[in-house]
Amino acid sequence: MISRRDQVLGYVLLSIAAIAALAPFVGVVILALGEPGQIAPSLDISQATHFGNFGDVWNIASFGASMKASTIITLTIVVVSVVLSVPAGYALALAHFPGRSAIFFLFVFGLLIPLEAMIIPLYFDMRKFGLADNYWSVILPDIGFSVAFGAFWMRAFFMGVDRSLTEAARLDGANSLQTLMRILLPLAKPQLLTLAVLFFVWNWNDFLLPLVMLAGSEIQTAPISLVYFQGQHTTDFTYLAAGALITIAPVVIIYILLQRSFTRGVLSGAVKD
Amino acid sequence: MSTEAALANTPVGGGRLRTSPSSVAPGEPRKIGYAYVLPALVMYVLFVLAPFIHTIFLSFFSWDGIGPQEFVGLDNYKDIWKSPVFRSSFVHSIVLIVFYAVIPLLIALLLVSIMNRSKIRGLTFYRTALFLPYIVAPTAVAVIWRWLLSPDGPINSGLTAIGLGALTRPWLGDFTFALPAVGVVGTWVMSGLVLVLLLAGVQKIPTSLYEAARIDGAGAWWEFWAVTLPGLRYEIAVVLVLTVTAALRNFDIIYVMTSGGPGTSTIVPSYLVYQQAFIVGSLGGAAAIGFVLAVMIAVINYVIARIGGTSS
Repeated sequence: MISRRDQVLGYVLLSIAAIAALAPFVGVVILALGEPGQIAPSLDISQATHFGNFGDVWNIASFGASMKASTIITLTIVVVSVVLSVPAGYALALAHFPGRSAIFFLFVFGLLIPLEAMIIPLYFDMRKFGLADNYWSVILPDIGFSVAFGAFWMRAFFMGVDRSLTEAARLDGANSLQTLMRILLPLAKPQLLTLAVLFFVWNWNDFLLPLVMLAGSEIQTAPISLVYFQGQHTTDFTYLAAGALITIAPVVIIYILLQRSFTRGVLSGAVKD
Repeated sequence: MSTEAALANTPVGGGRLRTSPSSVAPGEPRKIGYAYVLPALVMYVLFVLAPFIHTIFLSFFSWDGIGPQEFVGLDNYKDIWKSPVFRSSFVHSIVLIVFYAVIPLLIALLLVSIMNRSKIRGLTFYRTALFLPYIVAPTAVAVIWRWLLSPDGPINSGLTAIGLGALTRPWLGDFTFALPAVGVVGTWVMSGLVLVLLLAGVQKIPTSLYEAARIDGAGAWWEFWAVTLPGLRYEIAVVLVLTVTAALRNFDIIYVMTSGGPGTSTIVPSYLVYQQAFIVGSLGGAAAIGFVLAVMIAVINYVIARIGGTSS
């Protein structure tokens, strides 16, 4: 049914779109490797040999400390949120208790609330409990946002599980926890991986929350370091390009390694940015 | 005792123990469900719901963060309506929705209809490329585009090279063009995502519908209008939810690229919340803007979901 001409046209159009998506990144890589300190750096690929730029920026913007802080914060959020989302989604899908749908709708409601509508009390109220200017001041709220999506996501998976599986486990004498751990979790591995990848990407990229919650401390996440560095080196585009690449590197690496998991997450309508 | 053995011995559906017609199997977990939900629920209530409710509460007060809180009723909301800057921030949001949601959707629909369901080999590669702008940190995207749009940057050099030197300008410093320039960044971030989602959707439309349309003598335009567009209803709803929400919540890009400037020409509610709360110290007003933003997002998402016929 599909003509050869349409086929070729399809490739051409998709290639144009892919080039439009990738070209700025290619430009930034060439820029980052150029000679530093120029006002209007030219994109000359033969000059793109200054690999030391990454080391310079790493030191000037103290990316060492901020990449470490971002890693600790993000991985803690990912692990805790996945661990809390699984039983929540399980109960919302397969347990029967009064208020179950109300709790489910409460979580869905949370997916719609923007951080902007929470950030002010978070800043002032957490401060009262000594939960400001430290890792926890970012980790705890991000776990709160993440589990709202995670419970929703895992519930959808558990709803789709064949009931005869859980019933068989029960007849076999397994209690609800054993059913979850031994029967359902092994089946859920792809969904768990997708959830972890989504949590990682969202939380690594997060900016407003750490900007506000860590404002009074020395702790910076990678995006914060990049933005502060830009504030001091507004037009040093070569170094800024190197800083941008350092900031996005972990997400890009994870994305390329686990891109199947990520695509599945977005394609199934992961309704959260 | 192995579970495989148990599975093998259980009739499919396991219906023989079911005594009532309800869908609740007798042995499924009941009250213990609370214990499973509780940890996630506590984190959610403490760090999402409680601050949100506190924001609504604060929006009825005048507060500088240090002194006493003074009840002012709806004054903060009236200010949003009366202040030209606050009001313009919501107008800017609507302009950005065009760039983040409408234009990417039109580009993707155009490509999808021209491509006419051709089977693409190497789709994985194209997907990886098209998603990339969407998954990297918006702060880094903003840094990259500040360079692209800078006075001596690639966009201006490109315009000069093709003889359109008259169009060059310091895009982000221009009162008229800063907002569209920021919008173009949104178009770049969102288009690939929208295209991939629609490409996946169009493959699911049954070929028989297209064949029927052709037998009826439908032209390309009618085929698109009668088959492709209705078939993509769900995907279009999903991408609109993602893109519209992103357009309304573009704090990172505005903060890094323009900080709302020049003047207030790129100010958006998301940035105003931060500015009013943590720079100006007008917390009640900031809380009111945050709440209005939340209501806007909820209402728009609700409308999209209703039109798209989706429940989640």
